[in-house]
Amino acid sequence: MSSGTELSHGPTAGEYIAHHLTFLNNSGEKQADLINWGLVNLDSLFYSVMLGLVVLFFLYRAAAKASSGVPGRFQAAVEILVEMVSDQAKGMIHSEESRKYVAPLALTVFLWIFLMNAMDLLPLDLLPRIWEGIYVAAGHDAHHAYMRVVPTADINATMGMSVAVLLLCLYYNVKIKGAGGWFHELISAPFGNHILLAPFNFAMNIIEFLAKTVSHGMRLFGNMFAGELIFMLIALMGGAWTGVNLPSILLAAGHYAAGLSWAIFHILVITLQAFIFMMLTLVYIGQAHEGH
Amino acid sequence: MNLNATLIIQLVVFLSFVWFTKSFVWPPIVKALDERAKKVADGLAAADKAKSDLANAEKRSIEELRAARESAAELRAGAEKQAAKLIEDARAEANRVIAAAREAATAEAGAAAQKAKDALRDQVAALAVAGAERILRREINAQVHSDLLANLKQELS
Repeated sequence: MSSGTELSHGPTAGEYIAHHLTFLNNSGEKQADLINWGLVNLDSLFYSVMLGLVVLFFLYRAAAKASSGVPGRFQAAVEILVEMVSDQAKGMIHSEESRKYVAPLALTVFLWIFLMNAMDLLPLDLLPRIWEGIYVAAGHDAHHAYMRVVPTADINATMGMSVAVLLLCLYYNVKIKGAGGWFHELISAPFGNHILLAPFNFAMNIIEFLAKTVSHGMRLFGNMFAGELIFMLIALMGGAWTGVNLPSILLAAGHYAAGLSWAIFHILVITLQAFIFMMLTLVYIGQAHEGH
Repeated sequence: MNLNATLIIQLVVFLSFVWFTKSFVWPPIVKALDERAKKVADGLAAADKAKSDLANAEKRSIEELRAARESAAELRAGAEKQAAKLIEDARAEANRVIAAAREAATAEAGAAAQKAKDALRDQVAALAVAGAERILRREINAQVHSDLLANLKQELS
């Protein structure tokens, strides 16, 4: 972008965005195939694991200091979150036993996704630019210094979580209804318990599971990807700086105004998407506890 | 939008984080919350109990005060009655003593008067005899006329 003049030439708008949308994987190149199980997005994993550890660290500190006396502000804040998640879980999962696992899951999911989403609010080029410096200093080509800092804008991360939720749904289906009971439900609902309807019932249920899982992961991914993309488009305005002249100043002002308003709006999106992901997790696992 | 093994790693990482939260974070916090809720509930109950205790104590103290006042009034009434009775008794006693004294005095005075009367009668008789003797000298014998004189003495009484 604007300060990208250290490169031999400044990137065009298309190049800038394409560069920002490429993950750093173990091959060092942009992934060409739609699906390639040999590749790992190092940047997504790095940031998601680091943020997850941050969440766990703070939660653990709160848990270690938790007492039934007068709580400090930090403890009170964590307790508010715990109460919120606990209330939601109580509303949707009626098994006390399952809640012991699902409620902490919902808390983890909410805070973790919130932090991952919040990476969107960091200056767009801050971390990629630092990475580029390290990468070039290590003697590599700056054009391959890919870095995406929002793990939830990676479909692999969001789908990974939604598939985990799917696995938990399957586990609870079997646990609560028994393998036989669940299989019976698969072939007898939603159309009715008849041998001729069984294939349709079964197909319908499989589609339902697929649709739930895909929409669960894609919803978060789509929101965060779009948010990130809009930040990039806004950044292009400032990136068009050519010196102190009227168009550049107007574009910079536009960059400032649009970036500010989008970031403020994005605070809502970030929180809302984290909350929605948590709620859907609870809803899906709650459904696994109830018969059709 | 390309899928790769990140998905599987993220899945495992996710479940690990959840395991950690479930094992080390959730239970102590929930325990603390439950304990605090219980403490608060106990505190509220204790406050309610203290309030009702206070109300009871107030009621009882008012009751006691009233009873004490009543008994004091009773005591005072009794004392007054007793005092009145004492005065009454004393008065009656005094009246009795006065009456007795008056009676005694009256009797004494009556006796004295009788005695004086008797003495006077004797003296009058003696005086009459002496007078008559002086008048009659020899003619009248005191011995002879003693019956007459006794009659005269009788008439004077």
